[in-house]
Parts: sequence; structure tokens; C-alpha cells
Amino acid sequence: MATAKIMDYDAAIELFEPVLGFEVHVELNTQTKMFSDAPNPAARGNVPHEPNTTITPVDLGLPGSLPVVNEQAISYSISLGLALGCSIAPSSRFARKNYFYPDLAKNYQISQFDEPIAFEGMVEVELASGKTFQIEIERAHMEEDAGKLTHIGGATGRIQGAEYSLVDYNRAGVPLVEIVTKMIIGAEADAPELAKAYVSAIRDIVVSLGISEAKMERGNLRCDANISLRSRADVAFARASGAPLPLGTRTETKNVNSLRSAERAIRYEIQRQAAILYDGGTIIQETRHWHEDTGVTSAGRPKSDADDYRYFPEPDLLPVEPSLELIESLRAALPEAPAVRRRRLKNAWGFSDLEFQDVVNAGLLVEIEETVAAGASPAQARKWWTGEIARLANASSVDPSSLVSPKYVAELALLVELGSLTDRLARQVLEGVIAGEGSPAEVVESRGLAVVSDDTALIAAIDEALASQPDVLEKIREGKLQAAGAVIGAVMKALGGSADAARVRELVLERANA
Amino acid sequence: MNSSGSLIRLSASALSAKLSSGDISSVEVTQAHLDRIAAVDGDLHAFLHVSANALDTAARVDASRRAGAALGPLAGMPIAIKDVLCTIDMPSTAGSKILEGWIPPYDATPVALVRRAGLIPLGKTNMDEFAMGSSTEHSAYGPTKNPWDFSRIPGGSGGGSAAAVSSFEAPLALGSDTGGSIRQPAAVTGSVGVKPTYGGVSRYGAIALASSLDQVGPVARTVLDVALLHDVIGGHDPRDSTSLRDEWPSFAEAAHVGARAESLKGLRIGVVKELDSPGFQPGVSQRFHEALEVLTAYGAEIVEVSAPHFEYSIAAYYVILPAEASSNLAKFDSVRFGLRVNPPGGGTVEDVMAATREAGFGPEVKRRIILGTYALSAGYYDAYYGSAQKVRTLIQRDFAAAFDIVDVLVSPAAPTTAFRFGEKIADPLAMYLNDVTTIPANLAGVPAMSLPIGLAPEDGLPVGFQIMAPARADARLYTLGATLERLLEDAWGHTLLSQAPELKVAI
Repeated sequence: MATAKIMDYDAAIELFEPVLGFEVHVELNTQTKMFSDAPNPAARGNVPHEPNTTITPVDLGLPGSLPVVNEQAISYSISLGLALGCSIAPSSRFARKNYFYPDLAKNYQISQFDEPIAFEGMVEVELASGKTFQIEIERAHMEEDAGKLTHIGGATGRIQGAEYSLVDYNRAGVPLVEIVTKMIIGAEADAPELAKAYVSAIRDIVVSLGISEAKMERGNLRCDANISLRSRADVAFARASGAPLPLGTRTETKNVNSLRSAERAIRYEIQRQAAILYDGGTIIQETRHWHEDTGVTSAGRPKSDADDYRYFPEPDLLPVEPSLELIESLRAALPEAPAVRRRRLKNAWGFSDLEFQDVVNAGLLVEIEETVAAGASPAQARKWWTGEIARLANASSVDPSSLVSPKYVAELALLVELGSLTDRLARQVLEGVIAGEGSPAEVVESRGLAVVSDDTALIAAIDEALASQPDVLEKIREGKLQAAGAVIGAVMKALGGSADAARVRELVLERANA
Repeated sequence: MNSSGSLIRLSASALSAKLSSGDISSVEVTQAHLDRIAAVDGDLHAFLHVSANALDTAARVDASRRAGAALGPLAGMPIAIKDVLCTIDMPSTAGSKILEGWIPPYDATPVALVRRAGLIPLGKTNMDEFAMGSSTEHSAYGPTKNPWDFSRIPGGSGGGSAAAVSSFEAPLALGSDTGGSIRQPAAVTGSVGVKPTYGGVSRYGAIALASSLDQVGPVARTVLDVALLHDVIGGHDPRDSTSLRDEWPSFAEAAHVGARAESLKGLRIGVVKELDSPGFQPGVSQRFHEALEVLTAYGAEIVEVSAPHFEYSIAAYYVILPAEASSNLAKFDSVRFGLRVNPPGGGTVEDVMAATREAGFGPEVKRRIILGTYALSAGYYDAYYGSAQKVRTLIQRDFAAAFDIVDVLVSPAAPTTAFRFGEKIADPLAMYLNDVTTIPANLAGVPAMSLPIGLAPEDGLPVGFQIMAPARADARLYTLGATLERLLEDAWGHTLLSQAPELKVAI
């Protein structure tokens, strides 16, 4: 595909103001589909099925078949709406969105149109710099997913040039919630990072609710990013003349399947659109496909505000009218909002901004929280997880949490704090724990790694060290306490590290003052 | 006439007594009806498909009866099934070429229920394509004839079920009624049909025309038989979200009440002024008013009530129905089932869909898809679909106001007796107007019955009487219907259908 001309990012932001909007589709992990009793391929623990095996007459849209709403999906959608700070509609309705496409079995999608189940919410997102944005949510509505087309015979695997296409209806009817933001203005140069942070915030929320597997690479969470640019000169002119602020023509970028893609795709679209506008061109209102491999977007189908889906209320379904009791019980059961939780933990742990951001970026919040709950100090927990454990995980390309349980990390940290282990010994114990040799106490026992706490052995070693450095005691008595370091080092060396340096120091000082 | 010839003339309730006493077997009853179909259906064309399994099924019911199994009152009884209902063992085409030969992988819920009750499906009956029509002339497989006069229509869309019952091919039949497709065919063939309360019978497996109007219902020759069948097919179905969760009373019991007690005393019967039109066929109006006199004579109070918005019902109906149908029929695209037509030289999937729909749908179906697509289009939605829904609300209020003062509403079931083939086919609007009496009940979701009240003097053809009751009060139809049926038959000394001409029998 031809590479589009792009403008330097900083130059683009200098000339143009980006305006964003996101549509995030969340596949719910209910046991069955939105409107049928077929197994839901997006359910927890489900693996990909053979094509067209998780389907019923309803999913195929066979004549005479009728949809029945999955009540679990309703509850999940309400919980999600509440977690997004939305109001829950006392009565919402499904509607038919009519268009012909072979992956859409009935040639209409059952969705919600003018009466979504949740509306008017707010999500707080935080950038790496610590800057926060309030993203306004317009609505969250329920709908069914479509099937999947595989185009055969073309060079690119896309529909253009294909000889024929295969349809797999396994995904048809998977329950979706589509979360639509209001227009996001003011992100400025942070727009790409904001995109990533927003999708990440949504992911955190659905994970904390347990309502979606939320794996972007598997399509559990999909982001369509709307972006338009408006020239700063035009904005300034409109402000000065009191005219309404202009809005540029937007594109909708699809196939954004990772957090990193969200950031890159927005950045690329800003650069692409800026180059076109700078050259006096016009932006075509269209969907664009993000290509992870090449890092560019390509034109999809033209999209017009006048697309006519002939929406009308779905006559096969009754309005969704959740009881107040249900809504309130779901509200009461909501987990703490991820953003609120982060703030709470940061204060409770007393971490600096940088320390806390490290923990968040490393995805170790839960591990540290559980380690602290198991008795470790926050500082020790952070030190172990972001230090030695992260290093070992990184070395073997695995997730830190897969190496060791928070309970064992807490035990290890306690042994160090009690003086039973030195840091160096503790690292050996950790290796043993990771190697499956048992709990830290068991590893200490079996490897014989306990700190030498018998003063007699220490005093013998100290005497030996002092004998070879006779001037040390004199220096200490003169107040040069740092001179003790040389003796401590020699003692530690002599005992192979299995000594408590603090205790050695105490004993050396006692000797000098005796 | 031989013994099998007399068996077919019996009502289902009479056959039921003989079956349970062991006088006759289900195999004999089923064979008698298959013989009748073989003898007359070549000309009549009520059936699109005759089951190859009927005798085997009948033998199984006989065996379980001999084994002492507790069987329902209709066990062993043959039944004809409108082709709009999915049947796992027979093609289900809804009268359309686009579904020619399609055998569904499941039974419609009402079909499953009649099978569970031990009834014997005889076959699938003819209908206007996708139930769009009032004459069966829009069937892709050719029209069904009216057993009273082969030059006339049997009504529609369920002309096949009504003709099968009134020509003694089957004692019972299933129909579906979106704007009168059970009641108008019953009226013009001298049979009895009921459109239950919306949600009273599951729609699962009924190939949808207009989802908010469609209702499956029973067809037979007597009010009691219709009630017995309604008892079998009614009730909540978790697979139909619009199905009601009510506990329903026995409709057969309601019919028995009408047939034996002085049920008319104190009954307030409303005559809908707007449906007692001077424009109706004189013989229809005459028989209707004679029936009212009979009811008055036996103690009912006749009250004229007005339903001022009924005059807009056809206009609203012909927006709502095509709108829903245009969406419901979108699935017929050749991708997953049914007809596939490849355009010459091949083409894209859109080309194949278009060629299939062009070849597979008849002109009335295309007309309504275009009407409905237009009515739902951006910019027209409020003016058409939105307004029609408002009219629907007003019609529901008319019913509610009327039922505040009367127990039931009555009218002629159709403005005319059976019209001749071709008479209205070129004038869709004239065809649509034939449903003026039946459509309001569908728009409001209330139950309604048509039963025969005599022959129009000018043409000697059956006239139907419509009873409408409040939603969920279907039992009132059966009590009043059975009473009126008994009073009229007592006065005549015979059933109406016994007056139907003998059909020519194929050798």
C-alpha cells in the first residue's frame, strides 16, 4: 500500500488541535450468548472452537427463531454502567440496526439505539506524568457481536481481490457492551497517550468487575478511535469573532488491538491528517484500518452521518426494566474503582510519585497489595517485586506474579526484617522458592542459609579481624566510627555473608568502648 | 358413504370419545383423513406437503393407548399445520419459493406441543407467501380453492388450513393471524378460528411476518374443538420473550359452560359501530344482525359502542406490518439456507443476495418490503412508523374504553363472503380493505374468534361472526362462541358445514 505523507508530530500539534472520541467494545464473559443458549466463545477459560460449532438456530437467524435476553449480560452491563459513573435507565430497549452483510445472520444487528441501558458517565484516566483527565462517557449500550469473515484467494487476506469468503458464526451473538465517549477536547500533545490510558482504564474497570476476559489480542476489548484536527488559527479566529468553534472531518480507526496500538494509531492519524490539511487537502470521512506491523492506517469504507440503518424497536424483545433492588445490589457489590484504589494505595503506602508510577507501569499493584496484606512493609514489598523478582521474571520472559506468591514474598521480607536473613541470603532463598523447594522457611532450613546469630562465633571472627587491624579500636575511641566498616567487612567475608552486619557493628563498638 | 367417510365428518371432540373408548384407532382416523386428502386435494390444493410419517405416528399413539398410557383428549387426532410453522420432519416454506424444500432443524413450539399431546401432523397447508394476503392467491405454489365454491378464494393467508378443515381433510388445523389470517379464512369457509391474546401462544418457530402482530392459533369446525386445541398450544414458552407467563384457564371448560348454561344472562355485548358498516355486503350485515337478535332473545344485552380510531387501523397496520416484515425478511439472503440464485457470470455476495431475492420473492412480498423499507427510512420514520405506533396506542385505548362498559365486542368477521379469484388481485388496496374488521384486534393484541352464523342469502356462502375480548380473557370467546353456535345449530337443525357441497372425489 502506498505510504501516506505524514507531518512531524510536534509540528502537527503546533498547527492543529486534536479532537478525540472513542468507541470501546467489551465482550462480556457470560457462559452463553446475548440472545441464545449457545456457549459464549468469550466466556472465561474458553478456547477457540472449530468454526460454526458454538451456534444455535438463533445465532444463524434461521426462520422462526427468536432471541431471548441473557439476564447475566444485563447485570454485567449494569455493573459496567455503574462503574463508568453512568445513570442506569429504568427502561431501555433493544432496536434493530438493519444492514445487509454476510457475517450478520439476520441482516440486522440487535443493538440499543436511542434508549441505551447506561448513559452520562465519567472515567478518570491518569497519564505517566501523573496528569489526570476526566473522560465523559456518553453512553454504554448492549448489542450482539457479528460473525467473522475469512477472505480466501486474495493476496492480502482482505475482501478486495478475494475469490470467496468463509463465514464463521461462532462469534455471532457474543454479548457486547459498547462504551461511547463524548468528544474529548484538550488532550493536545498528550492525545496518543490519552488514548492508551483511556483504553487501559476501561480494561482495568472490566477486569476489576470480572465481566470480560479483556484480552485485546483476542478481541475481547476493541477500540475504535475517532480523531479530527482543527487548525489553531481557525479556533483563534472563531474565538475572537464569537463564532462557534470549528470541527474538522473525522476518521474512525479500527483494528486497534493493543494499548500500544491505541497510542501509535492516534499519533499516526494526527500526523497523516495534519499533512493533508497543511497541503490544503480535505480529510475523507471514513473508517481506517490500523496495521500493527507497518504502523500506518489505510482507508476502509466511506462512512457518512447519513448511513441509514432504519433503526426501529426490536419487536421480539420486551423493554429491559431492571428493578431498583437489582441496580442497588449491583452498585453495592461494585469493587473499588481502579483510579480510586490507586490513589488510596499510594497514600497508604507512602510511595513517591515516581515509585508508585513504577509499580503501576510494571502491573504489580495487586502483588504488592497482597504482599502487604500478608504482613510485609510496603517498602519491602515494593523492593522485592520491582527489584529482584522483576529482574528474574524479565530474564526468563515471564510474568513476575507467576514466579512466586505474595505470601512467600512477605515471609521472605519478614525474615530479613527480623535479621534472620541478610539481603544476599534472602536472594538465595528466593531462588530456592522459585525453584519449588518450598516456603522461605523451608528453603532456609534445607539450604542452611540462616544468619549466624551466635555471638560467640561472631566475637571470634571479630577478634581475628581486630588482630590484623590493631589501629581500628583506637580510631573508634577517637570518635571515627566509620573505621568500624573495615572490621565489619572482614567479618562478613570470613563468615561467608551469613552474619547480621548490624549485630557485628554493635559488637565491634562494644569492644572499643569496653 | 363408507365408515372412513363418516369418520372424517366427526368433530375432534366426537372422535376423541371414540378413540378413548377404543371404538376406533388413531390409525383408522388418520387413514380416513389421508384418504380424503388423496381424494379431494388434487383440486382443492389445501396442502403443500402431506406427511409420510402420519400413519407411523398414529400407530405409536395407538400402542401407547393400548399400553394404558394417560393420554390427552386430542391424542391420536390428525391435524393440519400451516406452512408458516417450522416442522422438523417436513418442508416449511411459508408459501415462498425462497424456502422451497427447506426442512428446519427444529419444531415450532406449537408444533412440538401438539406432537407431545399425541396429535398426528398430516401435512403442511397452503398460504399466501409469508402470510401476506387474504386469498392464498399470493402463494408461490398456486391458490387453494374454497370448498363451498371452487371459483372463490378460501381466505388468507391461512386459506389452506381453513379449507382443509372445512373440506373434512382434517378435524383440526394450526394457523397464524397477523391481521386476520385465521379469522377471515374461517369466516369465508364456515369454520371456526381463534387469534389468541398476543403472547398467549408461543411464536417460536413461526416464520415471522410482523413480530408485534403475529399470533399462532387454532382452527376447527366447532368452538369446542378450537378450544381443545387452544388448550394444547397455549402457555408460556421461555424461547419467546413476548410469551405471557399467565396461568390460563381451560378453554374447553369455557366452551362447555357456553354450551350448557344460561351464559348469556347479564352478558353485555358491544357492537362496534365502526365495524357495522352500511358498506358491508348486505347478506353479511343481515346474518350478523340476526345473530344479535338471537343473543338478545336469550338474555344478552346489546350495546352499541364506538371505537373512533378504528378507521385508521388499516393505515397504521400497513405501515407497521411492512416495516417489521422488511426487517424480518432480510435474513432470506441465500447465505445460510434456502434458495440461492447465482447471477449470470457470477458476482459479489451482494449480487447473489439480490438475484436470489429477485427470483425467490413474489410481487406482494416485494411490494411490502419496499413499503416497509421506505417507512423506516431516516427522515420518514416519525411520519410513518412513529405515527402508526401512536395510532396503535389510540386503538388500544378504544378497546380499553369499550371493555369498560361491555364484556365482549362483536362484528362481522369479514365485510364480504368469499370473493372470486382474481377479483382483487390487481388492486392491492381493495385486498387490504378486506381486513378492516380483523386488524384492530391484532393492533391491540386482544383475542378474537370467528364462527359461522349462516349463509348470505345473495350468494349462499358462509358468513362469519367475530367476537373480541379483553387481553387475557380468551375464555369469554369460547363461552359466548359455544353458546351462539348451539343456539344457531338448534335453530337450523344441522351444522353449517353439513350444507357445503359435496366435493368431487378423485378416483
